[in-house]
Amino acid sequence: MTTTATRKGPSTSAMIASIAEPDQRTETAPFGHALAAAAEADPRIVGLTADLGKYTDMHIFAKAHPERFFQMGMSEQLLFGAAAGMAETGLVPFASTYSVFAARRAYDFIALDIAEPGLNVNVVGGLPGLTTGYGPSHQATEDMAIFRGLPNLTIVDPCDALDLAQAVPQLAAHEGPTYLRLLRGKVPLVLDEYDYAFELGKAKVLRGGADVVLVSSGLMTMRALQAADALARHKVDVAVVHSPTIKPFDAETVLRELDTPRLAVTLENHTVIGGLFSAVADAAVRRGLGTRIVPIALPDEFLDAGALPTLHDRYGLSKDRIVERVLAELG
Amino acid sequence: MSATDTAQGSTGARITGGRTAGHVGRDRAERIRAVQEAAYRARHHAIDMGEVQGQGYVGQALGAADMLAAVYADQLRFDPADEHWAGRDRFLLSTGHYAIGLYAALAEAGIVPVDELVTYAADDSRLPMSGMASYTPGMEISGGSLGHGLTVAVGMALGLRLQGQTEQRVINFLSDGELDEGSTWEAAMGAAHHRLGNLTALVDMNALQADGPTADVLRIEPVEEKWRAFGWHAVRVDGNDAGALIDAFDECRALAAADGQPQVIICDTRVGRGVPLLEQREKAHFMRIEEHEWQLCREQLTAGNEEAAR
Repeated sequence: MTTTATRKGPSTSAMIASIAEPDQRTETAPFGHALAAAAEADPRIVGLTADLGKYTDMHIFAKAHPERFFQMGMSEQLLFGAAAGMAETGLVPFASTYSVFAARRAYDFIALDIAEPGLNVNVVGGLPGLTTGYGPSHQATEDMAIFRGLPNLTIVDPCDALDLAQAVPQLAAHEGPTYLRLLRGKVPLVLDEYDYAFELGKAKVLRGGADVVLVSSGLMTMRALQAADALARHKVDVAVVHSPTIKPFDAETVLRELDTPRLAVTLENHTVIGGLFSAVADAAVRRGLGTRIVPIALPDEFLDAGALPTLHDRYGLSKDRIVERVLAELG
Repeated sequence: MSATDTAQGSTGARITGGRTAGHVGRDRAERIRAVQEAAYRARHHAIDMGEVQGQGYVGQALGAADMLAAVYADQLRFDPADEHWAGRDRFLLSTGHYAIGLYAALAEAGIVPVDELVTYAADDSRLPMSGMASYTPGMEISGGSLGHGLTVAVGMALGLRLQGQTEQRVINFLSDGELDEGSTWEAAMGAAHHRLGNLTALVDMNALQADGPTADVLRIEPVEEKWRAFGWHAVRVDGNDAGALIDAFDECRALAAADGQPQVIICDTRVGRGVPLLEQREKAHFMRIEEHEWQLCREQLTAGNEEAAR
């Protein structure tokens, strides 16, 4: 007989899909609030979604600006084609869906209707990388790899609520198309503890360290900072460089940090192919840097379903696994 | 004297343009004549362009010439001197390969110089084989990946309405082959849901797509019923009949003002229309025309026009 407690199985449920630790400071729906606020200042901003308003925090904007919100139904091709058409009339659309549907299903529309004419359309992708336990149908593990090849498109992988809030008005002000890897719901607040402000196109050194340099983007910057604290207890001095803009890539800042004898590690919530590690490696090779770079990233596989903490541990994205890996690399 | 000059010389002035639609201040007979004349000249342009390259989508351009002429000579408000005029109506060519037909219409409209048409599909030309907005003045979108135009048109219609430009219309030209694309029907649903009375779709039913007749490639009939089921007002006309086209446009324009229902004009057309040797040739997406046949095409087109005028 199965007990109720066994049935609930709370530590292994795919419904556990938060990237926030239980005791972590969070903000609710920072993207939705930031977009609503940006729209107060900029009357060109409109919001669209494809039946995922509530799940991409677009509902906050819809409630604040109902006349500027457009529900396109579960029609991602229409979502991005229509966003392009709205931009052609001078509006600044933010169009949200899940990253898998933006990158896989509607790519042709983003490529030809938005990126080729260089329109100011902001593609907002929920559940980037491994931020859901639903399996490959929902896990956009290769979204950056797909989008990095697209000319004109700016790609932003924010770390936390602060990054998101500061990025939104900059994305609206940026003339060309952008892709934002959304963090939704209760989003951790981390970067307010550092001397940091989001600047589109710029990487920033969050902390210095003599032994190891971690170059990270997205939620993995949060994990990098946690790992750096943990490694300090092992007497390992770790620097963290946050590069939220993946394209165009701030090679200048990142390579300056890599061009040292420290162990260099990249961390990303994305497949090891075509994301941050690739961007760093490309830049390093072009510069003639012979530095070895250790990638912490998702494997080149379709991933398991399950609870997010379980999966992050399984695939090496958790703080503990990062610490283990760095210590192993240091020997 | 080039064939283009001959065509113009024989039929009088080009479309005047200037921010007023062609139908304004003309009676029905005058409107029909204006559309027919514009279509005739555009067909000559298309043959001239095709000859320079020795190929091209001439069959489609000839078939759709009356539809495009009805748009530019009768319906659309635009400013030849200012292609970005904010008050313009928007015409979207979803079928990028019909660009040859649109270039002919844009020349008629005074947006593209007639002299430039000979550069069609040449290196560094502003008139590429498949239409692109970044290349050509007056080209609103880059078509060619089929099934895109109507989705963009939905956004333009929404955007214009939101910004209070309620008089401006969006006309999207698509082909029957594009009815195979799921995105076309996503857009059709979205347009009806959002009550886009400022949106009109023109479907060129030439019964032909890349791999053969549409009826063999993927059955799309009954077309009117499909659009109606998706919430559109649907009219089906002979797309090579100028009178039928302007009547359909009038019906749609009246509806647009009335109740916010998007409209579709389904146009049955004949590939190669106006040139009997091409009309009778076995239909092909990319029609082959021999070197010696271009002048024959021109002569047949001119003869047909003279006979119609008698």
